[in-house]
Amino acid sequence: MNSKKAIKPMTLPCFDEMTKGDGAARALYSRIAKWLETSPPGLLDSRRQQAEMLFRRIGITFAVYGDKEAAERLIPFDIIPRLLGHDEWLRLEAGLVQRVKVLNMFLTDVYGAQEIIRAGVIPADLVFRNDCYRPEMQGHRAPHDIWTHIAGIDIVRVDDQDFYVLEDNCRTPSGVSYMLENREMMIRLAPDLFAEHAVMPVENYPDSLLASLRSVAPPRCPSEPNIVVLTPGQFNSAYYEHSFLADKLGVELVEGGDLTVKDDVVYMRTTEGPKRVDVIYRRVDDEFIDPLVFNPDSVLGAAGLMGAYLSGNVTLANAVGAGVADDKAIYTYMPEITRFYLGEEPKLKNVSTWRCREPDALKYVLDHLSELVVKEVNGSGGYGMLVGPHATKEQIEDFRKKLLTAPDNFIAQPTLSLSTCPTSFLGGVAPRHVDLRPFVLSGSDGVRVVPGGLTRVALKEGSLVVNSSQGGGTKDTWVLETDAATP
Amino acid sequence: MLSRTADNLYWVSRYLERADFLARLIEASSRIAALPKTYASAQDEWQSVLIASGADETFYEHFPEPDEASVIAYLAFDARNPSSIRNCIEFARTNARAVRTALTVEMWEGINSAWLELKKFEAVQKELGRIDREELIKFLEYVKQTSSLYDGSGYRTMLRNDAYYFSRLGVYVERADNTARVLDVKYHVLLPEQEAVGGSVDYFQWTAILRSVSALTAYHWVYRESIKPWNVADLLILRQEMPRSLLSCCDNIVRFLDAIGNQYGRQGPAQRHARNMKRRLESTSIKDIFQSGLHEFVDGFVTDNNRLGTEIAEQYLIG
Repeated sequence: MNSKKAIKPMTLPCFDEMTKGDGAARALYSRIAKWLETSPPGLLDSRRQQAEMLFRRIGITFAVYGDKEAAERLIPFDIIPRLLGHDEWLRLEAGLVQRVKVLNMFLTDVYGAQEIIRAGVIPADLVFRNDCYRPEMQGHRAPHDIWTHIAGIDIVRVDDQDFYVLEDNCRTPSGVSYMLENREMMIRLAPDLFAEHAVMPVENYPDSLLASLRSVAPPRCPSEPNIVVLTPGQFNSAYYEHSFLADKLGVELVEGGDLTVKDDVVYMRTTEGPKRVDVIYRRVDDEFIDPLVFNPDSVLGAAGLMGAYLSGNVTLANAVGAGVADDKAIYTYMPEITRFYLGEEPKLKNVSTWRCREPDALKYVLDHLSELVVKEVNGSGGYGMLVGPHATKEQIEDFRKKLLTAPDNFIAQPTLSLSTCPTSFLGGVAPRHVDLRPFVLSGSDGVRVVPGGLTRVALKEGSLVVNSSQGGGTKDTWVLETDAATP
Repeated sequence: MLSRTADNLYWVSRYLERADFLARLIEASSRIAALPKTYASAQDEWQSVLIASGADETFYEHFPEPDEASVIAYLAFDARNPSSIRNCIEFARTNARAVRTALTVEMWEGINSAWLELKKFEAVQKELGRIDREELIKFLEYVKQTSSLYDGSGYRTMLRNDAYYFSRLGVYVERADNTARVLDVKYHVLLPEQEAVGGSVDYFQWTAILRSVSALTAYHWVYRESIKPWNVADLLILRQEMPRSLLSCCDNIVRFLDAIGNQYGRQGPAQRHARNMKRRLESTSIKDIFQSGLHEFVDGFVTDNNRLGTEIAEQYLIG
């Protein structure tokens, strides 16, 4: 295959991570470029088919809600890896550690002394009228002041210098199983290419996760805490990941029905009778974890779980109420929040954002809808957003009405020309937009980030939406032992 | 381990064992139904297949007559039949998926691949719109392979702990039930006085019974004489070395329940009940069984085995 011919220029000028403006490959990607040039025709196609067959057999699937035909779908996997130099990673890692530290400090403060509100940095209503704010947690201290034990920070690039945070995910970020399985797949399908690069390993993620979870066990619990993963069950879209993690951690995967609470202590039903549970890595949303406190119809949690949690007899990861920090309205204040707690400048940039709750900003947004990306403050998964340059007139008018009715619910951002990476599809290779979700672990013994993350790629030409529910795919992310400029 | 995990492991095994049994039952009955009338009084063959598979009650909600095509379609592919082969495989896979961390990779991939394969068979079936004999043979072969693969990979790859014991327990509780059900619907052809009346007509019924529990070759190795109905009953009920006999199943049930009891350091009603079942089989002879009534004996066993299932559930699986 002549890969050079297959690469079509993008309509928007944007930063391509492999190729410089003159068409030559950057040093970082020199081996990948050579591999693409010298691969016999059809190799990428056959490798992709092989990967699909393996993913299907292992059962690495996800569910799309409301789509019966596709009850179990594969996330398309792209065989061409995405690369980061060691120097680039160190800059990113320092920024991630700072960001997550600040998020935890913010949550501790919001549910504690509320200094940041009293200092006038954050408007009170943004916190207290937030859907994810949990008054039940007010005055409660999370063990070791850690609220978001597992955070997924979505990162995009627009040049070879800066990393921008697109959004913070402080509740139950998913995707880490793909980071790990994609690596296994690459080692299997492109062993030579892998061996030519000194790729920093990610396989120790489960160990790091286990260490973080152990470190936040309740102080009164025995030396070996009983840790479990709580899943909504096998019809949840991320069920594969839940079972994968429980397996790699070597802990039980429980459903709500497996748990009982007695005298503010959580037990799981076992073949040998009730067994005490100390730490719950829960992949069930706040609203569903305890029908006595939240949604009374929920069967996904356990009655009395909140009581046990507030009594300090069990640790929940992530903490209840952590969602108040990953709200898109709070996001816009992250630079101010960082300065407030650390007295430092943020190392990761924020995408400039118009808060539609502010009249001047709203006016600007309404005047420039066709250029902007408008997002719901509480939306996720790429649902409920408007991508101005790609939207029809009707969609724009629809959003104009929504904005005028409830401006508080929206923010707007410029359409970023996200960086692109070479991506293979049937019969060719072309640049496609990507983002990156690294996973940041916080325990009482510090913050850990494994070198890598989940690279998501928008497979449709020109598309900026990378979410798997919207037709996005994934790539393996290789952080090299050498710097980006090393040949 | 979690009660739910044990429950799922136990039921994956039960469903696959049941699918395997249904496949063998359909094979054996197709043979006997194909015989000329002078060789086998096969008019009610498909009705007895329905009874043996426990589908006789729901079948008539959907079909007027138990003819070959409808019974096979109902037992093999019908999603409305809770115990159809396709449902057994579907349920086994759903249960397996719910506890995949308790399965080895080989077991999971085996059952998941089988489930993907099932979709293909169903597509062909849907396109044909009828039972095609060649396609049916392929399908039944695949079903038997699926259960063997799951069984075998479990045997080769699982840790010998409670997860393994519960998985094995499911196989033997289900297998005992299946063998007893075949005996229950066919007991009349095994009664000695029938031989005098029916003569060799029943010969093919006897071989069909043996085939349905894959014991036709084994019979000759064990008895080294032509097929006699009391020997068939003896083989299926009391022969320790016959892997589908009631005694062999009970022996294994006791063995795996004891292993669980030893691991947990506690015995319970399920262990006591299983030991009683085994003891009753060991202390009787085929002559005694015929004297006091084969039908009553088999009936009593089915009831006993169901009670054992309930006791296992109460002691371990509900939690």
